[in-house]
This record gives sequence, structure tokens and C-alpha cells, in this order.
Amino acid sequence: MDLLDFAKGPALQVAAYILVAGSIWRLVGILLLKEKPDYSEPRQSGGLLAALKVIYTRSFTAAPFKRATMYPKMMAYVMHIGLFAVVFLFVPHIMFFEGFLGFEWPGLPNSVIFFLGVAAIVSGIALLVRRITNPVLRLISNFDDYFSWFVTVLPLVTGLLIPVRMGFRYETLLAIHILSVALLLTWLPFGKLGHTFLVFITRGTTGMVFERRGAKT
Amino acid sequence: MTTVDGRHELDREAERLAYKPPEVRHDKQGDMSDEERINQAMHHFVKDFNTQTASYLDGCLHCGMCADACHFHVRTDDPRYTPIWKIELFKRTYKRQVGPFAFFYRLLGLKRHVTVADLEEWQHLLYDSCTVCGRCSLVCPMGIDIAGLVSMARHGMFKAGLIPHELHEVAKTSAETGSPLGISPDKFEERAEWMADEHDVDIPMDVEKADVLAVMSSIEINKYPQSIAATAKILNASGESWTFRKDGFEATNFGMLSGNTEWQKAASMKLIDAAIKIGAKTLVLPECGHAYMALRWMGANMYGKPLPFKVMHISEYMADALNTGKIKVKKLNKSVTYHDPCQVSRRGGATQAARDVLKHLGVDFREMEYGGDYNWCCGGGGGVVTIKRADPLRHRVFKLKMDQVEKTEADELLSSCANCRQSFDDSQAHFNWDYTMGSLMETVAENLEERKS
Repeated sequence: MDLLDFAKGPALQVAAYILVAGSIWRLVGILLLKEKPDYSEPRQSGGLLAALKVIYTRSFTAAPFKRATMYPKMMAYVMHIGLFAVVFLFVPHIMFFEGFLGFEWPGLPNSVIFFLGVAAIVSGIALLVRRITNPVLRLISNFDDYFSWFVTVLPLVTGLLIPVRMGFRYETLLAIHILSVALLLTWLPFGKLGHTFLVFITRGTTGMVFERRGAKT
Repeated sequence: MTTVDGRHELDREAERLAYKPPEVRHDKQGDMSDEERINQAMHHFVKDFNTQTASYLDGCLHCGMCADACHFHVRTDDPRYTPIWKIELFKRTYKRQVGPFAFFYRLLGLKRHVTVADLEEWQHLLYDSCTVCGRCSLVCPMGIDIAGLVSMARHGMFKAGLIPHELHEVAKTSAETGSPLGISPDKFEERAEWMADEHDVDIPMDVEKADVLAVMSSIEINKYPQSIAATAKILNASGESWTFRKDGFEATNFGMLSGNTEWQKAASMKLIDAAIKIGAKTLVLPECGHAYMALRWMGANMYGKPLPFKVMHISEYMADALNTGKIKVKKLNKSVTYHDPCQVSRRGGATQAARDVLKHLGVDFREMEYGGDYNWCCGGGGGVVTIKRADPLRHRVFKLKMDQVEKTEADELLSSCANCRQSFDDSQAHFNWDYTMGSLMETVAENLEERKS
């Protein structure tokens, strides 16, 4: 078994198992906590619609905070959009997903994916620089913040290096890329990258509680 | 030759000639061991945990945006005042002791133990520099209600005997006497009688059966007693069958502010029992922000089932009475701006009520820039105005409020919270500021139109 076989096979498979098991464990640990009923008389209905509303609306910044948070928000948007496009709209990735999903969807031209990938890396670097230089972020940051950044940016970099080659074999570069993806999937459920799924719970529960009060969400 | 007072020691190690800064005051109640304090703090922080709060502690991205929404950080640039940092110790303990991966954190020693020294340092962050105003909760991209977490952390701090002495004293007085200022039922009756004479208004007391139970805050009874008369005028004009009760008159809830849930419950139950006793359909809360949060949104949960009566803030009551024509007011020819009490508006959902009242008063209403739900807090909420050592910081923070008010160039400033009013009055005196905060309720009471019988 060469490196590429290992990356495509056991490495990716184990990472996927850890991703699923870790995510379920974390979600169950949170979702199974006891809930106390809220007996206060609601001003308006809360429920699922309120949760969905805030899951959507909190994607945008409220006017009073726009100026102060514009820069990190823009960088975060670019990074998230870039990541999404690279993962789900790059034709070779779509073919990979088709392998086990059984269906495909249209992708974006490689040049656009390349541009978005570079943009995601640049915005990631900008966010890292901010984390290191901003006194607030420096204080509140921990290992998770830096390691999560590393495992997110690494697959972008290793992916972009594949067409560049730099004297390496294609198979070697692809194997390194897949291994970096495996690292990302392995870490995702444990650290802050868990916001991939936790965001629906945090925003959703806030929506349910505060919407029923008629309070600002 | 004159001598220095010797209270502060000369720092001979410093690079520049300097006197050692005075020690920061860390208050402690009780005589628990350090270990016991830590256990109490953490146990009472996590004991009411549910999916929502656990996901909050697990979901923080450390983006730091909450710092930009916090008046204490905005005015000082001190990173320690970043809202999410204020619960850092508790977040750390949650991950180490309770969270889904607590086992790994403990096994690998990934989160260090919290010490009493840490908790003492955090006393300043959880009490002196957080008004639980919830502005930070609105900027968080994850939607984390950081203010709610601060309240939970206060539960732990209280049990650990690590809260500011002033707040402890006021909360204790409240638990022992039923009023944070020690106002006895007889004193309240005396004040009500005085106001009835002074303002020539009927003030029913201890009526056995009534549709409406009205309650007051000690701050009003003590400092703004005209509020008692104003409440009576409005309820009389509405034609309500109503009463004050000596066995349930105090709306403030220092149990909630200090973090003692038993005292919080006891204070709420007094009002709930009194309302049930007289068969009230509505309990009208006074101009007090935290009283609204304590009873309107937490009261039923303290009671353990839905309340058999409606709970309204006085601004909601007035808006309803004006909208339905139960009372009428004269039009005022002036411009007014309005300070939203955080617990009534942003966190309580009654933002529109005051605006409805102002519309009926016919004023030229000048909304503050980013007012309403995004309003800057007065800086004195959450018990902060009680803590003397926090005064310099509170005054510093109040500058934001001053700027917000001054920009409107309104003739008058109104609000609907006696705690905010107290905080405004204090800061006004400190800065020799032109604006005096007025009461929305008193303004309505002074401008009621006679009922046509």
C-alpha cells in the first residue's frame, strides 16, 4: 500500500468515523441535558420558526455593530464562501462525493475555484494576523483557535499545491492533500470547528427563548 | 516639613519613581476553605445547565466581537472587559468537568484548575464591570446570550461567598426585611399616606379583593416617592379596582442581581402570593428594569407553573390604557428622548410600549442613534450602581450615554426605570451634566386628562 492508497483508504475512512462518532457524541452530550419548562406567558410564539429566523438573521450584522465588526466579518465571509466553493463546487470533489452519494451537481470552473481558494487562504491569514495582534483576541485565544485555523487552512494550501507540483509527483501531493483533509475531519468534532453544527443550536435556542419574549434577537 | 501619609508604599523596584498601587479589593463572605469556594462556585454555575447554555459554552468562536458591543470595553479598551472573557473560568470548568469531552480534558490536563485567586479576580469582571445589559448578546455571530451566562456565573460566585460586599449587604437586607433599603411594610404605608396627602390622590392599601395589584421599588419609595402618587393617579384614572399590599409591595429583586436564587425566589413569591390572595388579574410592576425580568420572565419559573395573573410593566400598562382609551393625556409641546431600560426593552421585549405612550403625549420624539433595543446601558444595571468601588468605572462608561442623549438635542430625557434614574442622577451630579432624567410614568400622571363621568 503506497501513501496515496493509505490516504484514500484507511486514513480517510478512520477520519470519517471519528468525524461522525465525535460529532454525535458532542451533540448528544449537549442535547441530552435536562430542560426545564418555561412557564412564563409568551408575548408571541417562539418554537421552531423563531429558531429558524435567528439561524438566518444572525448571519448578518446589526447596523450598530457594522463599523466595528466589518473587517473580521468580511474576512470570515470570504473564508467561509471560499471553503464552501472549494469543497463542494470543485469538479474533482463533486466526482469524489458522487462516488458514495450516487449523484452529482454542477461545479464551478477551475479558475474560479482557484481564485476562491486563494481568497480563502488570504482571508484566513488576515484573521490569524488579527488574532495575534488584537489585544482582545490575543487574550481570549487558546490552542484550539490556532490549531483549528491550521487544520482548516492546511487542506486549502495542499490542494492548491497539487497543480503547482514543484517537482513532486502528483500522487504524492494528492496523498498529502487527502491526509490534511483527514486531519481536518478528525479534529472537527472536538474543537471550535464544531460550530459547523453547533451554530444551529446556539442561534436556534436563543431565537426560541428571546422571540417568545418579543425581545430583540 | 510636611510628611506623606504613608498609606501607600514607595515602589523601589519600579523603573520610574512610583508608589505601589493600592491592592484591589476582593470581597469574601463566610469562612469556607478555598477548595469549598471553588466547588460551590462551579457546582452552582452548572447546576441549572441545559442544552442552550451548554451549547453556548461549547460554541464560542473566540471572535471577540462581543468586546465591540460592551460599554466597559468600548470606553476602556481593556481586553479583560470582553464579555465572553468574563465567563472564561466557568467555560474552562465546564469543558473540564461537564462538557461532552470532559474526560479527555481531564485525562490530558488540557484545562488548568481554577483557583480562588482566579475567582477573586473575576469578581470585578462579573459584578463591577457587567450590567447584564445583553448588548453583547446581539452582536455574537453564534447568538450566544453572554449576559445569561454571567447571571449563571453569579449564582456560583454567591454560593462561593465571592461577591462585592455592598451587593451582598443589600441582598441580605432585602432577604431579611423584604426590602433592599430596609423599608418595612409600615414605612411603606406611611409613605403612601404622605403621598396621598401631598398629591391629593386616593391610594388604596391592603384591599382584600382587587383586579390589579400594584407594587413599587424601594428606590422609588425612598428616593422618588412621588412615583407612588403617580402610580395611584394612573390606576385611579383607568377606573381600575386596584390596591397596594403591605404583604407584597417590593418589586426589586436583589436575590437575582447578587446571584442567590433562593432569595430571588422568596422575593418573587411574596408578590405572587399577594396577587393570588386578592384574586388579582394583573400585577403591575413599577418603573424598574430588573423587577420586570425577575417577575415577568422568571416569576412563573420560580412559582413552578404558569402565573394565574398577567404581569405588566407600568409602561406596558400605560400604553394599553392609552391605546384602549381608558386614560387620556394632554399633548406636550416639547422634544423628548427616551432611555430604554435594558431588561424592559432589549431583553424584555416591551420596547414599543414607551414609544406608544410618548406618541399619545404628542411629543417630538427624538430616538437616540441606535436607541431602542441597541441602546447603551446607563452603566448602573445588574447591581453595579450598588457597588461603590465600581463608581469610577461606571462614570467612565456613562460618557457613552451622555453622548447618545446629547446628540438628540431633545428638551427632555425620560425613562421608565428607577434604577437607571438613580444611576443617571448620580452621574449627572458627577459630571455636572445638564440633563436630568425624568420618569415616563410621572410625566403621564402629571398630564392626565380628567375623566368625564
